[in-house]
Amino acid sequence: MRRLFEDELNDLHARFSEMGMMVNEAIFNSVKAFVNHDKALAHTVIDNDYHINKREVDLEKRCFELIALQQPVTTDLRMIVTVMKASSDLERMGDHAVSIAKSTIRVKGETRVPAIEQVIAEMAAAVKTMVESVLDAYVKEDVLKARKIAEEDHGINAFSKDIYQRCIDEMTRDADTIVGSMDYMLVSSYLERIGDYVTNICEWILYLKTGKLLELNSNAKEDGF
Amino acid sequence: MKKQVITSRDVHLFYGDFEALTGIDLAFNEHEITAMIGPSGCGKSTYLRILNRMNDLIPNVKITGDIELEGKNIYAPDTDVVQLRKQVGMVFQQPNPFPFSIYDNVVYGLRLAGVKDRAQLDEAAETSLKAAAIWDEVKDKLHESALSLSGGQQQRVCIARVLAVRPEVILMDEPTSALDPISSTQIENMLLELRSQYTIILVTHNMHQASRISDKTAFFLQGRVVEFDDTKKMFLNPKEKETEDYLNGRFG
Repeated sequence: MRRLFEDELNDLHARFSEMGMMVNEAIFNSVKAFVNHDKALAHTVIDNDYHINKREVDLEKRCFELIALQQPVTTDLRMIVTVMKASSDLERMGDHAVSIAKSTIRVKGETRVPAIEQVIAEMAAAVKTMVESVLDAYVKEDVLKARKIAEEDHGINAFSKDIYQRCIDEMTRDADTIVGSMDYMLVSSYLERIGDYVTNICEWILYLKTGKLLELNSNAKEDGF
Repeated sequence: MKKQVITSRDVHLFYGDFEALTGIDLAFNEHEITAMIGPSGCGKSTYLRILNRMNDLIPNVKITGDIELEGKNIYAPDTDVVQLRKQVGMVFQQPNPFPFSIYDNVVYGLRLAGVKDRAQLDEAAETSLKAAAIWDEVKDKLHESALSLSGGQQQRVCIARVLAVRPEVILMDEPTSALDPISSTQIENMLLELRSQYTIILVTHNMHQASRISDKTAFFLQGRVVEFDDTKKMFLNPKEKETEDYLNGRFG
Protein backbone atom coordinates (compact mmCIF):
# COMPACT_ATOMS: atom_id res chain seq x y z
CA MET A 1 0.00 0.00 0.00
CA ARG A 2 1.30 3.44 -0.90
CA ARG A 3 0.82 5.15 2.42
CA LEU A 4 1.33 8.73 1.35
CA PHE A 5 -1.05 8.31 -1.58
CA GLU A 6 -3.69 6.69 0.64
CA ASP A 7 -3.44 9.56 3.10
CA GLU A 8 -3.83 12.12 0.36
CA LEU A 9 -6.78 10.28 -1.15
CA ASN A 10 -8.52 10.18 2.24
CA ASP A 11 -7.82 13.86 2.66
CA LEU A 12 -9.33 14.51 -0.76
CA HIS A 13 -12.46 12.60 0.27
CA ALA A 14 -12.80 14.53 3.49
CA ARG A 15 -12.39 17.87 1.73
CA PHE A 16 -14.91 16.94 -0.93
CA SER A 17 -17.48 15.89 1.69
CA GLU A 18 -16.85 19.12 3.54
CA MET A 19 -17.47 21.07 0.33
CA GLY A 20 -20.75 19.14 -0.01
CA MET A 21 -21.78 20.32 3.44
CA MET A 22 -20.85 23.91 2.61
CA VAL A 23 -23.02 23.76 -0.51
CA ASN A 24 -25.87 22.12 1.36
CA GLU A 25 -25.77 24.90 3.92
CA ALA A 26 -25.75 27.53 1.17
CA ILE A 27 -28.83 25.99 -0.44
CA PHE A 28 -30.61 25.68 2.90
CA ASN A 29 -29.84 29.29 3.85
CA SER A 30 -30.71 30.71 0.44
CA VAL A 31 -34.17 29.16 0.54
CA LYS A 32 -34.65 30.07 4.19
CA ALA A 33 -33.75 33.67 3.29
CA PHE A 34 -36.14 33.61 0.35
CA VAL A 35 -39.09 32.24 2.31
CA ASN A 36 -38.47 34.47 5.36
CA HIS A 37 -37.68 37.55 3.21
CA ASP A 38 -34.35 37.76 5.04
CA LYS A 39 -32.02 40.02 3.06
CA ALA A 40 -29.17 39.77 5.59
CA LEU A 41 -29.06 35.97 5.35
CA ALA A 42 -29.17 36.25 1.53
CA HIS A 43 -26.09 38.46 1.65
CA THR A 44 -24.33 35.90 3.84
CA VAL A 45 -24.99 33.21 1.22
CA ILE A 46 -23.54 35.43 -1.51
CA ASP A 47 -20.46 36.27 0.57
CA ASN A 48 -19.80 32.66 1.53
CA ASP A 49 -19.85 31.45 -2.06
CA TYR A 50 -16.26 32.62 -2.26
CA HIS A 51 -15.26 29.80 0.09
CA ILE A 52 -17.06 27.22 -2.04
CA ASN A 53 -15.32 28.41 -5.20
CA LYS A 54 -12.00 28.40 -3.44
CA ARG A 55 -12.56 24.86 -2.23
CA GLU A 56 -13.33 23.70 -5.77
CA VAL A 57 -10.06 25.20 -7.04
CA ASP A 58 -8.21 23.60 -4.14
CA LEU A 59 -9.71 20.18 -4.89
CA GLU A 60 -8.86 20.48 -8.58
CA LYS A 61 -5.30 21.39 -7.75
CA ARG A 62 -4.96 18.40 -5.44
CA CYS A 63 -6.42 16.10 -8.09
CA PHE A 64 -3.97 17.39 -10.73
CA GLU A 65 -1.10 16.81 -8.33
CA LEU A 66 -2.21 13.29 -7.45
CA ILE A 67 -2.54 12.39 -11.14
CA ALA A 68 0.82 13.91 -12.07
CA LEU A 69 2.80 12.62 -9.10
CA GLN A 70 1.17 9.30 -8.20
CA GLN A 71 0.05 7.91 -11.58
CA PRO A 72 -3.18 6.42 -10.21
CA VAL A 73 -4.94 3.68 -12.19
CA THR A 74 -8.25 1.74 -11.96
CA THR A 75 -10.33 2.57 -8.86
CA ASP A 76 -7.85 5.14 -7.60
CA LEU A 77 -8.00 7.02 -10.89
CA ARG A 78 -11.80 6.84 -10.97
CA MET A 79 -11.95 8.20 -7.45
CA ILE A 80 -9.90 11.23 -8.41
CA VAL A 81 -11.89 11.82 -11.60
CA THR A 82 -15.09 11.53 -9.56
CA VAL A 83 -13.95 14.20 -7.12
CA MET A 84 -12.90 16.49 -9.97
CA LYS A 85 -16.18 16.17 -11.83
CA ALA A 86 -18.48 16.06 -8.82
CA SER A 87 -16.81 19.06 -7.20
CA SER A 88 -17.58 21.17 -10.24
CA ASP A 89 -21.22 19.99 -9.97
CA LEU A 90 -21.21 21.04 -6.32
CA GLU A 91 -19.75 24.40 -7.26
CA ARG A 92 -22.56 24.97 -9.77
CA MET A 93 -25.10 24.07 -7.09
CA GLY A 94 -23.53 26.74 -4.91
CA ASP A 95 -23.92 29.25 -7.75
CA HIS A 96 -27.63 28.46 -7.92
CA ALA A 97 -27.91 29.09 -4.18
CA VAL A 98 -26.37 32.51 -4.86
CA SER A 99 -28.95 33.13 -7.60
CA ILE A 100 -31.72 32.30 -5.13
CA ALA A 101 -30.15 34.71 -2.65
CA LYS A 102 -30.07 37.42 -5.32
CA SER A 103 -33.76 36.83 -6.03
CA THR A 104 -34.46 37.32 -2.33
CA ILE A 105 -32.79 40.72 -2.42
CA ARG A 106 -34.50 41.70 -5.66
CA VAL A 107 -38.01 40.57 -4.74
CA LYS A 108 -38.18 42.27 -1.37
CA GLY A 109 -41.02 44.80 -1.30
CA GLU A 110 -42.91 43.26 -4.22
CA THR A 111 -46.36 41.73 -3.83
CA ARG A 112 -45.96 38.19 -2.50
CA VAL A 113 -48.08 35.08 -2.90
CA PRO A 114 -47.83 33.03 0.32
CA ALA A 115 -49.35 29.90 -1.24
CA ILE A 116 -46.61 29.72 -3.90
CA GLU A 117 -43.93 30.47 -1.35
CA GLN A 118 -45.24 27.54 0.64
CA VAL A 119 -44.77 25.22 -2.38
CA ILE A 120 -41.25 26.63 -2.94
CA ALA A 121 -40.41 25.86 0.69
CA GLU A 122 -41.63 22.29 0.21
CA MET A 123 -39.65 21.94 -3.00
CA ALA A 124 -36.57 23.30 -1.26
CA ALA A 125 -36.98 20.83 1.59
CA ALA A 126 -37.13 17.98 -0.93
CA VAL A 127 -34.00 19.27 -2.73
CA LYS A 128 -32.15 19.61 0.56
CA THR A 129 -32.96 16.01 1.43
CA MET A 130 -31.65 14.93 -1.98
CA VAL A 131 -28.39 16.85 -1.50
CA GLU A 132 -27.87 15.34 1.94
CA SER A 133 -28.65 11.86 0.68
CA VAL A 134 -26.27 12.13 -2.27
CA LEU A 135 -23.41 13.19 0.02
CA ASP A 136 -24.15 10.20 2.21
CA ALA A 137 -24.29 7.90 -0.82
CA TYR A 138 -20.94 9.30 -1.99
CA VAL A 139 -19.27 8.65 1.35
CA LYS A 140 -20.68 5.11 1.46
CA GLU A 141 -20.17 4.58 -2.29
CA ASP A 142 -23.73 3.28 -2.28
CA VAL A 143 -24.79 2.64 -5.88
CA LEU A 144 -28.33 1.51 -5.04
CA LYS A 145 -28.94 4.65 -3.03
CA ALA A 146 -27.49 6.79 -5.85
CA ARG A 147 -29.95 5.27 -8.32
CA LYS A 148 -32.83 5.85 -5.91
CA ILE A 149 -31.85 9.50 -5.35
CA ALA A 150 -31.76 10.10 -9.10
CA GLU A 151 -35.32 8.76 -9.27
CA GLU A 152 -36.39 11.38 -6.72
CA ASP A 153 -35.47 14.07 -9.24
CA HIS A 154 -38.79 13.35 -10.97
CA GLY A 155 -40.55 14.62 -7.85
CA ILE A 156 -38.51 17.83 -7.99
CA ASN A 157 -39.52 18.34 -11.60
CA ALA A 158 -43.17 17.90 -10.59
CA PHE A 159 -42.74 20.73 -8.08
CA SER A 160 -41.39 22.93 -10.88
CA LYS A 161 -44.39 22.20 -13.03
CA ASP A 162 -46.75 22.97 -10.18
CA ILE A 163 -45.05 26.26 -9.33
CA TYR A 164 -44.99 27.30 -12.98
CA GLN A 165 -48.74 26.73 -13.33
CA ARG A 166 -49.49 28.53 -10.07
CA CYS A 167 -47.42 31.53 -11.16
CA ILE A 168 -49.19 31.76 -14.53
CA ASP A 169 -52.56 31.60 -12.78
CA GLU A 170 -51.55 34.22 -10.24
CA MET A 171 -50.13 36.61 -12.86
CA THR A 172 -53.31 36.25 -14.92
CA ARG A 173 -55.45 36.97 -11.87
CA ASP A 174 -53.48 39.90 -10.46
CA ALA A 175 -50.91 41.88 -12.46
CA ASP A 176 -49.29 43.15 -9.20
CA THR A 177 -47.84 39.70 -8.63
CA ILE A 178 -46.00 39.58 -11.97
CA VAL A 179 -42.61 40.78 -10.67
CA GLY A 180 -42.74 38.49 -7.66
CA SER A 181 -43.99 35.53 -9.68
CA MET A 182 -41.19 35.90 -12.18
CA ASP A 183 -38.78 35.38 -9.31
CA TYR A 184 -40.79 32.44 -8.00
CA MET A 185 -40.35 30.79 -11.38
CA LEU A 186 -36.66 31.59 -11.38
CA VAL A 187 -36.13 30.21 -7.88
CA SER A 188 -38.04 27.08 -8.79
CA SER A 189 -35.86 26.59 -11.87
CA TYR A 190 -32.69 27.08 -9.78
CA LEU A 191 -33.90 24.40 -7.38
CA GLU A 192 -34.76 22.17 -10.30
CA ARG A 193 -31.22 22.62 -11.68
CA ILE A 194 -29.76 21.77 -8.28
CA GLY A 195 -31.74 18.52 -8.48
CA ASP A 196 -30.16 17.86 -11.90
CA TYR A 197 -26.67 18.36 -10.46
CA VAL A 198 -27.53 15.92 -7.68
CA THR A 199 -28.38 13.45 -10.44
CA ASN A 200 -24.98 14.12 -12.02
CA ILE A 201 -23.28 13.28 -8.75
CA CYS A 202 -25.33 10.06 -8.60
CA GLU A 203 -23.90 9.22 -12.02
CA TRP A 204 -20.38 9.82 -10.72
CA ILE A 205 -21.00 7.49 -7.78
CA LEU A 206 -22.03 4.81 -10.28
CA TYR A 207 -18.92 5.50 -12.33
CA LEU A 208 -16.74 5.28 -9.24
CA LYS A 209 -18.09 1.86 -8.31
CA THR A 210 -18.67 0.31 -11.73
CA GLY A 211 -16.47 2.21 -14.17
CA LYS A 212 -19.53 2.80 -16.38
CA LEU A 213 -20.63 6.21 -17.55
CA LEU A 214 -24.43 6.17 -17.44
CA GLU A 215 -27.03 8.88 -17.93
CA LEU A 216 -29.55 8.41 -15.14
CA ASN A 217 -32.20 10.92 -16.21
CA SER A 218 -31.63 11.86 -19.80
CA ASN A 219 -33.06 15.19 -20.94
CA ALA A 220 -34.96 13.59 -23.80
CA LYS A 221 -36.98 11.56 -21.31
CA GLU A 222 -37.42 14.43 -18.87
CA ASP A 223 -40.73 14.99 -17.20
CA GLY A 224 -42.34 17.02 -19.95
CA PHE A 225 -41.35 20.37 -18.53
CA MET B 1 14.04 28.20 4.95
CA LYS B 2 15.37 24.69 5.48
CA LYS B 3 18.93 24.02 6.45
CA GLN B 4 21.17 23.01 3.56
CA VAL B 5 23.21 19.93 4.48
CA ILE B 6 25.21 19.53 1.29
CA THR B 7 25.96 22.26 -1.21
CA SER B 8 27.90 21.98 -4.42
CA ARG B 9 29.09 24.86 -6.56
CA ASP B 10 30.44 24.64 -10.07
CA VAL B 11 31.42 20.99 -9.79
CA HIS B 12 33.26 19.59 -12.81
CA LEU B 13 34.42 16.01 -13.15
CA PHE B 14 36.83 14.78 -15.81
CA TYR B 15 37.58 11.18 -16.76
CA GLY B 16 40.90 11.94 -18.44
CA ASP B 17 39.99 14.50 -21.10
CA PHE B 18 36.30 13.73 -21.03
CA GLU B 19 34.27 16.21 -19.01
CA ALA B 20 31.47 14.09 -17.46
CA LEU B 21 30.07 16.85 -15.26
CA THR B 22 30.09 20.38 -16.56
CA GLY B 23 29.48 22.66 -13.60
CA ILE B 24 26.89 21.34 -11.15
CA ASP B 25 25.28 23.69 -8.63
CA LEU B 26 22.96 21.86 -6.27
CA ALA B 27 22.00 22.15 -2.62
CA PHE B 28 20.29 19.47 -0.55
CA ASN B 29 17.94 20.39 2.26
CA GLU B 30 17.88 18.65 5.59
CA HIS B 31 15.12 16.06 6.03
CA GLU B 32 14.08 16.10 2.43
CA ILE B 33 14.24 13.49 -0.31
CA THR B 34 15.93 14.81 -3.42
CA ALA B 35 15.65 12.71 -6.56
CA MET B 36 18.10 12.90 -9.44
CA ILE B 37 16.69 11.73 -12.75
CA GLY B 38 17.94 11.65 -16.31
CA PRO B 39 18.87 9.25 -19.10
CA SER B 40 21.75 6.78 -18.78
CA GLY B 41 25.14 8.44 -18.97
CA CYS B 42 23.82 11.86 -17.95
CA GLY B 43 26.13 12.00 -14.93
CA LYS B 44 23.65 11.55 -12.09
CA SER B 45 25.37 8.51 -10.54
CA THR B 46 28.80 10.07 -11.10
CA TYR B 47 27.61 13.13 -9.25
CA LEU B 48 26.10 11.04 -6.43
CA ARG B 49 29.41 9.24 -5.93
CA ILE B 50 31.19 12.56 -5.59
CA LEU B 51 29.18 13.30 -2.46
CA ASN B 52 30.98 10.68 -0.37
CA ARG B 53 34.15 10.51 -2.44
CA MET B 54 33.49 7.17 -4.06
CA ASN B 55 35.33 8.33 -7.18
CA ASP B 56 38.64 8.66 -5.31
CA LEU B 57 39.87 5.25 -6.36
CA ILE B 58 39.05 5.61 -10.04
CA PRO B 59 42.23 6.47 -11.98
CA ASN B 60 42.41 9.63 -14.09
CA VAL B 61 39.50 11.30 -12.36
CA LYS B 62 39.78 15.01 -11.69
CA ILE B 63 37.18 16.90 -9.71
CA THR B 64 37.00 20.68 -9.39
CA GLY B 65 34.56 22.97 -7.60
CA ASP B 66 33.27 23.15 -4.03
CA ILE B 67 31.35 20.41 -2.27
CA GLU B 68 30.54 21.21 1.31
CA LEU B 69 28.97 19.08 4.00
CA GLU B 70 27.71 21.24 6.85
CA GLY B 71 29.87 24.06 5.52
CA LYS B 72 33.07 22.00 5.36
CA ASN B 73 34.79 21.19 2.08
CA ILE B 74 34.80 17.38 1.78
CA TYR B 75 37.70 17.46 -0.69
CA ALA B 76 39.94 19.42 1.69
CA PRO B 77 43.25 17.61 2.33
CA ASP B 78 42.47 17.09 6.02
CA THR B 79 39.14 15.33 5.38
CA ASP B 80 38.83 11.94 7.09
CA VAL B 81 37.16 9.91 4.34
CA VAL B 82 36.06 7.13 6.72
CA GLN B 83 34.38 9.73 8.93
CA LEU B 84 32.81 11.32 5.83
CA ARG B 85 31.34 8.00 4.75
CA LYS B 86 29.90 7.53 8.23
CA GLN B 87 28.13 10.85 7.86
CA VAL B 88 27.16 10.22 4.25
CA GLY B 89 26.11 6.59 3.77
CA MET B 90 25.52 4.86 0.45
CA VAL B 91 23.03 2.23 -0.72
CA PHE B 92 23.66 0.62 -4.08
CA GLN B 93 21.53 -0.67 -6.92
CA GLN B 94 22.21 -4.36 -6.26
CA PRO B 95 21.69 -5.45 -2.66
CA ASN B 96 25.20 -6.23 -1.44
CA PRO B 97 25.00 -7.90 1.96
CA PHE B 98 28.23 -9.39 3.29
CA PRO B 99 28.25 -13.19 3.55
CA PHE B 100 27.61 -13.00 7.29
CA SER B 101 24.54 -13.23 9.46
CA ILE B 102 21.89 -10.51 9.28
CA TYR B 103 23.00 -9.29 12.70
CA ASP B 104 26.66 -9.12 11.76
CA ASN B 105 25.82 -7.23 8.59
CA VAL B 106 23.92 -4.55 10.45
CA VAL B 107 26.51 -3.99 13.19
CA TYR B 108 29.47 -4.23 10.80
CA GLY B 109 30.09 -0.48 10.71
CA LEU B 110 29.88 -0.17 14.48
CA ARG B 111 32.35 -3.01 15.05
CA LEU B 112 34.68 -1.39 12.54
CA ALA B 113 34.44 1.75 14.65
CA GLY B 114 35.50 -0.27 17.70
CA VAL B 115 32.17 -0.77 19.44
CA LYS B 116 32.31 -4.01 21.45
CA ASP B 117 29.54 -3.59 24.01
CA ARG B 118 27.01 -6.31 23.24
CA ALA B 119 24.02 -4.40 24.57
CA GLN B 120 24.90 -1.39 22.45
CA LEU B 121 25.27 -3.54 19.33
CA ASP B 122 21.97 -5.36 20.03
CA GLU B 123 20.19 -2.08 20.49
CA ALA B 124 21.65 -0.61 17.29
CA ALA B 125 20.72 -3.74 15.31
CA GLU B 126 17.13 -3.66 16.50
CA THR B 127 16.68 0.09 16.01
CA SER B 128 18.21 0.04 12.53
CA LEU B 129 16.27 -2.99 11.35
CA LYS B 130 13.07 -1.42 12.65
CA ALA B 131 13.81 1.86 10.89
CA ALA B 132 14.50 -0.07 7.69
CA ALA B 133 11.07 -1.74 8.07
CA ILE B 134 12.48 -5.27 8.11
CA TRP B 135 12.62 -6.07 11.84
CA ASP B 136 9.38 -8.07 11.95
CA GLU B 137 10.53 -10.25 9.06
CA VAL B 138 13.97 -11.09 10.46
CA LYS B 139 13.77 -10.74 14.25
CA ASP B 140 13.58 -14.53 14.72
CA LYS B 141 16.49 -15.30 12.43
CA LEU B 142 19.02 -12.58 13.10
CA HIS B 143 21.84 -15.09 13.11
CA GLU B 144 21.00 -16.68 9.79
CA SER B 145 22.90 -15.64 6.69
CA ALA B 146 21.77 -12.39 5.10
CA LEU B 147 22.19 -14.13 1.75
CA SER B 148 19.20 -16.37 2.57
CA LEU B 149 16.84 -13.38 2.30
CA SER B 150 14.95 -12.21 -0.77
CA GLY B 151 16.36 -9.32 -2.83
CA GLY B 152 13.95 -6.80 -1.31
CA GLN B 153 14.78 -7.99 2.22
CA GLN B 154 18.52 -7.92 1.49
CA GLN B 155 18.22 -4.35 0.29
CA ARG B 156 16.45 -3.32 3.50
CA VAL B 157 19.15 -5.07 5.55
CA CYS B 158 21.74 -3.07 3.58
CA ILE B 159 19.82 0.10 4.40
CA ALA B 160 19.76 -0.96 8.09
CA ARG B 161 23.54 -1.41 7.86
CA VAL B 162 23.85 2.19 6.68
CA LEU B 163 21.45 3.47 9.35
CA ALA B 164 23.35 1.69 12.16
CA VAL B 165 26.26 4.14 11.93
CA ARG B 166 23.79 7.04 12.23
CA PRO B 167 24.60 8.98 9.09
CA GLU B 168 23.19 12.40 8.37
CA VAL B 169 22.82 11.85 4.66
CA ILE B 170 21.89 8.66 2.80
CA LEU B 171 22.86 8.39 -0.84
CA MET B 172 20.94 5.85 -2.88
CA ASP B 173 21.89 4.74 -6.36
CA GLU B 174 18.76 3.22 -7.91
CA PRO B 175 17.96 1.29 -4.73
CA THR B 176 14.86 -0.41 -6.14
CA SER B 177 15.76 -1.07 -9.75
CA ALA B 178 16.66 -4.71 -9.00
CA LEU B 179 13.49 -5.28 -6.99
CA ASP B 180 9.89 -6.27 -7.78
CA PRO B 181 7.10 -3.66 -7.41
CA ILE B 182 6.01 -4.85 -3.95
CA SER B 183 9.55 -4.69 -2.52
CA SER B 184 10.00 -1.32 -4.23
CA THR B 185 6.85 0.02 -2.59
CA GLN B 186 8.07 -1.19 0.81
CA ILE B 187 11.34 0.64 0.28
CA GLU B 188 9.55 3.77 -0.89
CA ASN B 189 7.31 3.73 2.19
CA MET B 190 10.37 3.23 4.35
CA LEU B 191 12.13 6.21 2.77
CA LEU B 192 9.11 8.39 3.48
CA GLU B 193 9.38 7.33 7.14
CA LEU B 194 13.14 7.92 7.25
CA ARG B 195 12.81 11.39 5.79
CA SER B 196 11.99 12.93 9.17
CA GLN B 197 15.45 11.97 10.46
CA TYR B 198 17.73 11.82 7.44
CA THR B 199 18.55 13.75 4.32
CA ILE B 200 18.09 11.40 1.39
CA ILE B 201 19.56 11.80 -2.09
CA LEU B 202 18.27 9.29 -4.57
CA VAL B 203 19.32 8.49 -8.12
CA THR B 204 16.53 6.80 -10.00
CA HIS B 205 15.78 5.78 -13.56
CA ASN B 206 12.17 5.56 -12.58
CA MET B 207 10.76 9.04 -12.85
CA HIS B 208 7.48 7.86 -11.33
CA GLN B 209 9.40 6.89 -8.24
CA ALA B 210 10.86 10.38 -8.14
CA SER B 211 7.41 11.93 -8.45
CA ARG B 212 5.91 9.69 -5.78
CA ILE B 213 8.39 10.18 -2.97
CA SER B 214 10.74 13.10 -3.53
CA ASP B 215 10.43 16.67 -2.33
CA LYS B 216 12.81 18.05 -4.93
CA THR B 217 13.97 16.73 -8.27
CA ALA B 218 17.08 17.48 -10.30
CA PHE B 219 16.98 16.62 -14.00
CA PHE B 220 20.41 15.77 -15.43
CA LEU B 221 21.26 15.73 -19.12
CA GLN B 222 24.69 15.30 -20.66
CA GLY B 223 26.63 16.24 -17.57
CA ARG B 224 24.62 19.27 -16.53
CA VAL B 225 21.55 20.00 -14.42
CA VAL B 226 18.83 21.20 -16.75
CA GLU B 227 16.36 21.92 -13.98
CA PHE B 228 16.21 21.64 -10.19
CA ASP B 229 12.96 22.44 -8.43
CA ASP B 230 10.19 21.22 -6.14
CA THR B 231 9.02 17.87 -7.49
CA LYS B 232 5.44 19.13 -7.59
CA LYS B 233 6.41 22.08 -9.75
CA MET B 234 8.62 20.03 -12.01
CA PHE B 235 6.06 17.33 -12.71
CA LEU B 236 3.12 19.71 -13.18
CA ASN B 237 4.78 22.58 -14.94
CA PRO B 238 8.51 22.35 -15.64
CA LYS B 239 10.33 25.48 -16.72
CA GLU B 240 12.52 23.90 -19.38
CA LYS B 241 11.35 22.27 -22.57
CA GLU B 242 14.04 19.57 -22.25
CA THR B 243 12.59 18.57 -18.87
CA GLU B 244 9.08 18.51 -20.26
CA ASP B 245 10.13 16.33 -23.19
CA TYR B 246 11.95 13.89 -20.93
CA LEU B 247 9.07 13.61 -18.44
CA ASN B 248 6.63 13.05 -21.30
CA GLY B 249 8.82 10.35 -22.77
CA ARG B 250 9.69 12.36 -25.89
CA PHE B 251 13.38 11.71 -26.29
CA GLY B 252 15.90 12.47 -28.94
